[in-house]
Amino acid sequence: MNDMTLLERDVDTKNIKIAANNVQVYYGDTHAIKDVNVQIEDKTVTAFIGPSGCGKSTFLRCLNRMNDTIDICRVEGDILLDGEDIYDPKVDPVQLRAKVGMVFQKPNPFPKSIYDNIAYGPRIHGLARNKAELDDIVEKSLRRGAIWDEVKDRLDAPGTGLSGGQQQRLCIARAVATEPEVLLMDEPCSALDPIATAQVEELIDELRQNYSVVIVTHSMQQAARVSQKTAFFHLGNLVEFGETGHIFTNPEDPRTESYITGRIG
Amino acid sequence: MTETSQSTENGRKPHGGSLMTLSKRTARRNAAEKRFQIYGIAAIAVGLLMLIILVSTIVSRGVGAYSQTFVTLQVELLESKLDKSGTRDLEKIKKVSTFGYAPLIKNAFSVKLEELGIQSELSAKEQAAILSKSAPAQLRDYVIANPDKIGETIEFRFLANGRVDGYMKGRVSRESIANDKSINAEQLDFVDILVVNDVIEKTFNLDFITGADASDQRPEAAGMGVSMIGSLFMMLVVLALALPIGVAASIYLEEFAPQNWLTDVIEVNISNLAAVPSIVFGILGLAVFINYMHLPTSAPLVGGLVLTLMTLPTIIISTRASLKSVPPSIRDAALGVGASKMQAVFHHVLPLAAPGILTGTIIGLAQALGETAPLLLIGMVGFIASNAPDSLASGLMSPNSAMPAQIYEWAKRADPAFYERAWGGIIILLVFLITMNTVAVILRRRFERRW
Ligand SMILES: Nc1ncnc2c1ncn2[C@@H]1O[C@H](COP(=O)(O)OP(=O)(O)OP(=O)(O)O)[C@@H](O)[C@H]1O
Ligand SMILES: [Mg+2]
Repeated sequence: MNDMTLLERDVDTKNIKIAANNVQVYYGDTHAIKDVNVQIEDKTVTAFIGPSGCGKSTFLRCLNRMNDTIDICRVEGDILLDGEDIYDPKVDPVQLRAKVGMVFQKPNPFPKSIYDNIAYGPRIHGLARNKAELDDIVEKSLRRGAIWDEVKDRLDAPGTGLSGGQQQRLCIARAVATEPEVLLMDEPCSALDPIATAQVEELIDELRQNYSVVIVTHSMQQAARVSQKTAFFHLGNLVEFGETGHIFTNPEDPRTESYITGRIG
Repeated sequence: MTETSQSTENGRKPHGGSLMTLSKRTARRNAAEKRFQIYGIAAIAVGLLMLIILVSTIVSRGVGAYSQTFVTLQVELLESKLDKSGTRDLEKIKKVSTFGYAPLIKNAFSVKLEELGIQSELSAKEQAAILSKSAPAQLRDYVIANPDKIGETIEFRFLANGRVDGYMKGRVSRESIANDKSINAEQLDFVDILVVNDVIEKTFNLDFITGADASDQRPEAAGMGVSMIGSLFMMLVVLALALPIGVAASIYLEEFAPQNWLTDVIEVNISNLAAVPSIVFGILGLAVFINYMHLPTSAPLVGGLVLTLMTLPTIIISTRASLKSVPPSIRDAALGVGASKMQAVFHHVLPLAAPGILTGTIIGLAQALGETAPLLLIGMVGFIASNAPDSLASGLMSPNSAMPAQIYEWAKRADPAFYERAWGGIIILLVFLITMNTVAVILRRRFERRW
C-alpha cells in the first residue's frame, strides 16, 4: 500500500487523494449522480460548480459518506481515498469522517462554548493527552480559522452568539481541529457578506498548504479565485473537469460555456 | 396585459379612491376581524368564568376539611381501671380493651362539668358521644406508650364526633338531625355550652394532611397522608420505569430505526396507545400483574406499573417531538467532525431535547397522579390505618391507596362529613398538579432553546 503511494509520487508530483470511479447515486428511484469519474489531487483546491439540483452536494457528501444518514440514498461505484475504497464494508464511516472533514452551507456551531466547539472533535478522537495540549489545539485551530483574534477573550461564550461569518469560520476551525486530510465545503460562503467571504477564501488558500480542499460554490468568481481544478456538473453528469483557468477561459463542452457565461443556471 | 385593459375598460383602477376613506371591502374585512376578536374574548371569558366557578367551589367546599373540632378534657388515668395489679406490666395493660377506657372519658366529662358548675340533663353516655369514636383508642394508645403516667391526670385533645364537627362548621343544624339517631338536639345544646366555656374549639387540622383514612364511623379522623405516600410510591415507580424506557424507545425510533413498515406500525400504535382509555390499562394490570404474575393486590408497585403503561405513550410522543425539533444541522455537525451516531445523539441532540423531554415527563406524571379508574380495578383503595413513619416503611408491596382513589372512596361514603373531606382532598391533589405543571413551565423557560 505504502509502496504504491510512494511509486505514484515518483511518477506524478501531484498526488491523487481521492479517486472516484463510475460513481452512481440514487435517491430511491431518482438517479442523482450518473457515472462520475473524478480525481481530486492532494494540496489542491477543487471547485464543484453547476446549476442548482445538478448533484454537487450529493457528490460531495459521497466523499465522506454523509449520505449514509439518508435512508433512501444508494451509492454505486468506488471512491478511493489514498487507494482505499471508502465504501468497503470494513470501513467505519466514523473513522473516514475524521480523515475527511466537512463544512456545511449553513454555519452550524454546536450550542456550546466556542472552546467546546473546537475541542469536541479532538476530544472524541483522543488527539490531546491533557488540557494543555487541548488548549493548544483549540488556539491553533482558531488561528487557522482566522477567528482567533476575535474570540480569544471569550472562549467561554456560546458559539451560537457569534455573527454568521464568525460562525462559519468557527465551523471551519472546528473542521480543521480534527486534523483531516481532506476538507469538504458545501457553499461555505453562501450566508456570508463580501468581507467574511474574502476572509474565508483567504483561509481556503492557506488550507491548501496542508489539505486537499473540495468546495461547492455558485459563484463563478469564487471558483476562479480559489480553485486550481474545477468540475462542472449538469443534471447529475460530470460534464467537464480540468484546470480552473482552462475551464473558465476555454471550455470544451458547450454546456459548460453557456453555464459560465450565464445562459443556463 | 389583460389586467390593465380590464381596468381601463371599467374606467377605474383596482385600488382607486382616497386613502382617507375606507373602501367597502376593507370595512367588511375590519368588521370580520372585530367580530372574530369578540368571539375570542368571549371564549376566554367563558373559560375564565368556569375556572373561577371551579376553584371557588372546590375551595369553599373543601376548606372545611382543614379545620377540625377538638374537645379538651383532663382525664384521670385511673389505676383501678387500667392496671389493677399495679405492676405496670405492659402485657396486662394491653389486655384492657378500649371499652375499659370509656368510663374514664365519662368521668372526665362529669369532672369538667362540676368544675364549670354546669348541670346537664344528658346521660354520661350521651355526653361522651359528642367525642369521636376514636377517643377511647386514643387514650389507650397513650397509656400503652406511657404506662408510667397511670394514676395521673393528663390533658387530652379529643376529636369531636363528625356530627358535632359538622354543627360547628354549620353543616349540621337542629333541623337536619331530626331523624338522626347518632345525635340529638340536647347534645347540640350541650356542645353550645362547652363552646362558651372553651372546652370545644375548632382549629386547623394538620392530621387531615398527614393522617390515614379512617373507618366509615369516624370521618373526623380521616386524612390524606397515607394515600399521598401511596401516590408518591407510584410516581417513583412510574418515573423509574417510564422515563428510561420512554426515552430509550424514542431515541431508537427517532434516531436509529430504519424507516420501514415495521417502524410505521410501531409509530401508529404508540399514538393509538396514548388514546386508550385508562380503565383499559387498569383491567390489563389486573389480568397480567395480579392474576398472572401474582403481584400483591392494592400494592403501589402494581399501580405504578399500570400507570407506567399509561404514561409511556405520552413520554414517547413528547420525547420524539423534542428530538425532532433539534435541527438536523446539529447532527450533521457532529457527524461531520467524526462523531459516531450515538455520540451525536448523546452529546448534542439529547441535551438540546432535554427540557422538552422533562416537560413531557412531568406532564405525563401529573396525568398519572390524577388517574383514578385503573387504580380502582387493581384495588388501590386498600385502607391502611398507620400514619407516616409506618406507612412509609410499608413500601411498594403492601396495600396502599392513592390520592384520587382515596377521594373517590370518600365521595362514595354516605356521611356528608366524608364528602367534605373529598373536596378537601381535591384541593391537595390540585396543589400537587399545579406545582408539577409550574415546575414544567419553569423548566421550559429556564432551558429555552439556544440555537
Ligand atoms: N435527501 C434527498 N432525497 C431525495 N432526493 C434528493 C435528496 N437530496 C437531493 N436530492 C435530489 O438529488 C438531486 C441533486 O441534489 P443536490 O442537493 O445534490 O443538488 P445541488 O447541486 O447541491 O443543488 P444546489 O446547488 O441547489 O445545492 C436533486 O434532484 C435533488 O432533488
Ligand atoms: Mg447543494
